[in-house]
Amino acid sequence: MISDQFPALIIVFPLIIAFFINIVGWWWKRPCFYMSMLALSVSFISAVGILNTVISKGTIHYRLGGWEPPWGIEYVVDHLNALILVIVSFVGLVVGIYSKKSIEKEISEAKIPQFYTIYTLLVMGLLGMTVTGDAFNLYVLLEIASLASYALIALGEDGAPLASFNYVIMGTIGACFYLLGVGYLYIVTGSLNMADLSQLLPNLYHSKAVLVAFAFLMVGVAIKMAFFPLHIWLPDAYTHAPSAVSAFVAGTMTKVGAYVMIRVMFTIFKPYFSTEMLPATTILGWIAAAAMIYGCILAIAQKDIKRMLCYIIIAEVGYIVMGVSVGNRMGFTGAVLHIVNDAFMMACLFLVVGAVYYKTGARTIGEYKALFKKMPLTSGSFAIGALSVIGIPPTCGFFSKWYLVLGAINAQQWLFAAALLVSSLLSAVVFFRVLQNIFFAPSESAHGHESETHVEIKRDEAPASMLIPIFITVAGILLLGAYSGQIISTIIQFTVPEGF
Amino acid sequence: MEYIIAKYNYWVYIVLMMIGFYAMIGKRNLVKKLLGMNVFQWAIILYYVSIASKKGGATIPIVMGAHGHYEPAQAIQYLNPLPHCLMLTAIVVGVSTTGVALALIIMIHRRYKTLEEDEILESLEAFRK
Repeated sequence: MISDQFPALIIVFPLIIAFFINIVGWWWKRPCFYMSMLALSVSFISAVGILNTVISKGTIHYRLGGWEPPWGIEYVVDHLNALILVIVSFVGLVVGIYSKKSIEKEISEAKIPQFYTIYTLLVMGLLGMTVTGDAFNLYVLLEIASLASYALIALGEDGAPLASFNYVIMGTIGACFYLLGVGYLYIVTGSLNMADLSQLLPNLYHSKAVLVAFAFLMVGVAIKMAFFPLHIWLPDAYTHAPSAVSAFVAGTMTKVGAYVMIRVMFTIFKPYFSTEMLPATTILGWIAAAAMIYGCILAIAQKDIKRMLCYIIIAEVGYIVMGVSVGNRMGFTGAVLHIVNDAFMMACLFLVVGAVYYKTGARTIGEYKALFKKMPLTSGSFAIGALSVIGIPPTCGFFSKWYLVLGAINAQQWLFAAALLVSSLLSAVVFFRVLQNIFFAPSESAHGHESETHVEIKRDEAPASMLIPIFITVAGILLLGAYSGQIISTIIQFTVPEGF
Repeated sequence: MEYIIAKYNYWVYIVLMMIGFYAMIGKRNLVKKLLGMNVFQWAIILYYVSIASKKGGATIPIVMGAHGHYEPAQAIQYLNPLPHCLMLTAIVVGVSTTGVALALIIMIHRRYKTLEEDEILESLEAFRK
């Protein structure tokens, strides 16, 4: 049955197609886009198939090449990563469709085959990080995804190469720390398989080498997911990247990082190690609370909308880590739900910003004045995305924040709950400032000479291939909100680690 | 002193790693940062390879005396091959990271005609105004 091979297919198919896109692209540039979309569609279909199997039959164990787990590489898919596979491959596909027009405008035509090669590799790397059950394999796929994102970010506007170079330096430190952590675990246990490690480690929890390994793994992952004090590479890199690239990496890359952090804390190490034996979750919770406030305050200070959204991402990563760190069922549910929701919200907002940039070249808040008259559909989508980030029902952002607050209250962490609410208020300030400009501010030209410039601003929407992906993400935001109860009861409640 | 000599491989890797770390954070020249990054990565590779070694003339894992007479393989005679295999992958990753970083440095140099971070930031600021 082909459906048995889905866990391998989801990685191998895009990997091979990426290779052929590059070769075909030397002679014939037109099919590159379609080949890339074919690869990503196959990944998406496989991801949905995997999710179906996981819901009906439970965790999938796939042995690559038929090798037994501790020696061979094993792909393990449970409810948590099945969900994230679907999200990543879906956002990859949607942003891919969007990228056709926006990339043609933003980068030179000769580089388009290479763009699609690397884009396919990036999606494949993130999917691989999610699907694998082997700690070292995760490092390799992490580096594939990171290398692809370095290259894609460098394609952007002026300043992108330097931002990308700084990201290379920071990203390499993060990956090397992760590698060192895996090395320490290998010394003490002699194993690299996550399930095997989690069985071998409990006897060694008091060894200093294991503590050092845990610290290295967490810091390495925290750099990759742009967790608060280690976030400095993110705003520059994501601001200067091409619109389609920032929409994809903003939506998924930090979320996959958060997923890896959950795996390290609750699969490689047992939950009681991270929550009770070490004060790891308490420390993470406090830093996350700081991240929520810090991200939103710096977002208020920005004029460039893309950079403003980048600081919002830092706050969102704070929400997710806070939900994980309160260490109870509600908080964890909220964190996983927020990973899903945030992928859609951030993709939606960055897609809108990209569409506006495509049509008008506007990037700062001031230039967004009276955008509603010009691009009503795009502006409406921005409003829904913004309301979801603030957390207003019926958008999905409300439900995940609801669970996060409940989690913080259940854990008696009143300050975390307060930080979350303050940060939501601050993000309301951030977005209402933009929304006011879009919907209510008079356009610049109507100011001075009233007599002649009562000109109607013409409607000038983005092309359909950009609008439809935006609408899909908006529909995603609304549907995730409407069906959040079902998502929790069929998928997310099984992801909560034992002992919560 | 014995503490240091007995585990000198770890000390060497820590010292090398910190040299690389300092260069990545303290230096303002992009090529020096890149060199620091390389030292950092190779330090980790050295560490992995050193944990595979054994005392007493252990060698590569090829079964001795395969022709004719059979000898049972003893783990003490052979180095652990797995860290070496892992590091082959890590070397590939390291080389590609260096490649990407060098390509970025070339892009930056073409655009700004300098590799000093301060000067690049100055010209970026000037461009914005």
